[in-house]
Amino acid sequence: MTIATLTIDSVRGGLLSRQFSASELAAEALRFAEAENPKTGAYLHFSPERALAAAELVDDRIARGEDPGALAGVPVAVKDVIVTKGIRTTCGSKLLANYIPPYDATAIVRIEQAGGLLIGKTNCDEFAMGSSTENSAFGPVRNPVAPDRVPGGSSGGSAAAVAQGTAVVALGSDTGGSIRQPASFCGVVGVTPTYGRVSRYGLTAFASSLDHIGPLARSVRDSATLLGVIAGRDPHDSTSAEAPVADYTADLTGDVQGLKLGLPREYLKDLTSETGDLIFQAVDVLKRLGCEVREISLPATGFAIASYYIIATAEASSNLARYDGVRYTFRSQQSDTLSNMYRNTRGEGFGAECKRRIMLGTYVLSHGYYDAYYLKAQKVRGLIARDFANAFAEVDAVVAPVSPFPAFKLGEKVDDPLAMYLSDIYTITGSLAGIPCMSVPCGNTAGGLPVGMQILTRHFGESTMFRLADAYERNA
Amino acid sequence: MKITEKEVRYVAGLANLNLSDAEVAKFQADLDGILEHVDQLNEIDTAGVEPMAQVLFDADETATLRADVPSPPLGNQAGLANAPQPGAGYFKVPKVIER
Repeated sequence: MTIATLTIDSVRGGLLSRQFSASELAAEALRFAEAENPKTGAYLHFSPERALAAAELVDDRIARGEDPGALAGVPVAVKDVIVTKGIRTTCGSKLLANYIPPYDATAIVRIEQAGGLLIGKTNCDEFAMGSSTENSAFGPVRNPVAPDRVPGGSSGGSAAAVAQGTAVVALGSDTGGSIRQPASFCGVVGVTPTYGRVSRYGLTAFASSLDHIGPLARSVRDSATLLGVIAGRDPHDSTSAEAPVADYTADLTGDVQGLKLGLPREYLKDLTSETGDLIFQAVDVLKRLGCEVREISLPATGFAIASYYIIATAEASSNLARYDGVRYTFRSQQSDTLSNMYRNTRGEGFGAECKRRIMLGTYVLSHGYYDAYYLKAQKVRGLIARDFANAFAEVDAVVAPVSPFPAFKLGEKVDDPLAMYLSDIYTITGSLAGIPCMSVPCGNTAGGLPVGMQILTRHFGESTMFRLADAYERNA
Repeated sequence: MKITEKEVRYVAGLANLNLSDAEVAKFQADLDGILEHVDQLNEIDTAGVEPMAQVLFDADETATLRADVPSPPLGNQAGLANAPQPGAGYFKVPKVIER
């Protein structure tokens, strides 16, 4: 078996035809992942005991003639902001370098119930704050396609692991583009489902009204299968949605005849680069498959970055208040008084980007600024959601770029936080509206760097989104 | 200038964040640039728009309520397992009130 090219279906086929056992596969996948990891640093740590124990259960089920589950024997990498019982979960932060969670995230429970094997935890920007994975306290991740470049972020480790082939699928988290942008930079599929589609229980909170867990995979089909496993109502997350979960793979018919696609004028006006050419070529493929394409307008787009960086940092400043030296492993040595313990633990523990966002979030919520910043930003968020609602009265999906440019060089943007924030423009709008959106690879630049096309649909429109992405993938 | 050094220090105090002088200078410049960009929000008309705090879907008012039945708690030992300084079943912190 060649680990790097496995799919969910090929793993299942191999297990059921007794070509290999889940235990053999787990051992080989772990060996391969550990051997490949120094090239990118995608993983922070591995979980061999857990993977091998889960593999034995899969082998037992098969031996008894039972269905081994939708993810039977599939090696899964998990972003290290998603808690795993008994397995270190660092969030890319010095503050949590030794944190061992006492429970599993719901998404993890569901993956293991479906027979998936958790092989390791992946590197990311500290508390998922960043667009390059350079904000991890444990060093950056290298892009497997171009090792002098970033893998994107914040789910850079998960995207790199899938692109490298050390995991068949991975979990990432997305608050403003942190699944889609690294997927596009590494040339893999990345899915941000409808807000509430996947339980956030066990996802370390960054900005609770924007946080999502979602899949990364090498094919649209595998991403759809993984979403089907982790989606659905969870009593542990009161914001998880009641809506029934569709059979996403059943809808991958290749037939997109007559679907109406919108190209937002505001996204395309500045897009004259190679990225733009590749997006337009991808749109031509969808046209050839029978989609009707029209230009649409999302007029509030230009205000999305400002709205997002107020709302997300305000929520983050509240969520990160819990890291105060009392409960979560790290406490400053300089803790002579309670107040110094708080201040020094946080001052020593957080990296620069987290501090910057805590400062901005605290400022916009502080006395005298709440209405001008926070309330205004929430109203603009309402306008952005309204733009999409209006668009989806006319079209079935919106097609857009994921990032204005492909993967940039390590170190290129670390000193200019605003420039880094501005590069999130195409992903942030979907996050604010809470609609499903995904990145699907649509070719490489002349320099060999992957580019992703973004497909956005109405709330709970995942089936249409996957059908379009799959049809494109087959015909690209 | 959108934010002064004094304000940066005040906000750091609100956030319980100890910053070095170099960090104060850096964040003053960074936040200044970001707040400058954010000011463009004044250019968009939001009259009559409801602030959107959460993504909401149509559902019954009670849709997210769970059955009122007890479930096993985490337990004292597991709850304290990650404490930097546990003691006698509690989280220990520096003395708050001097005698």
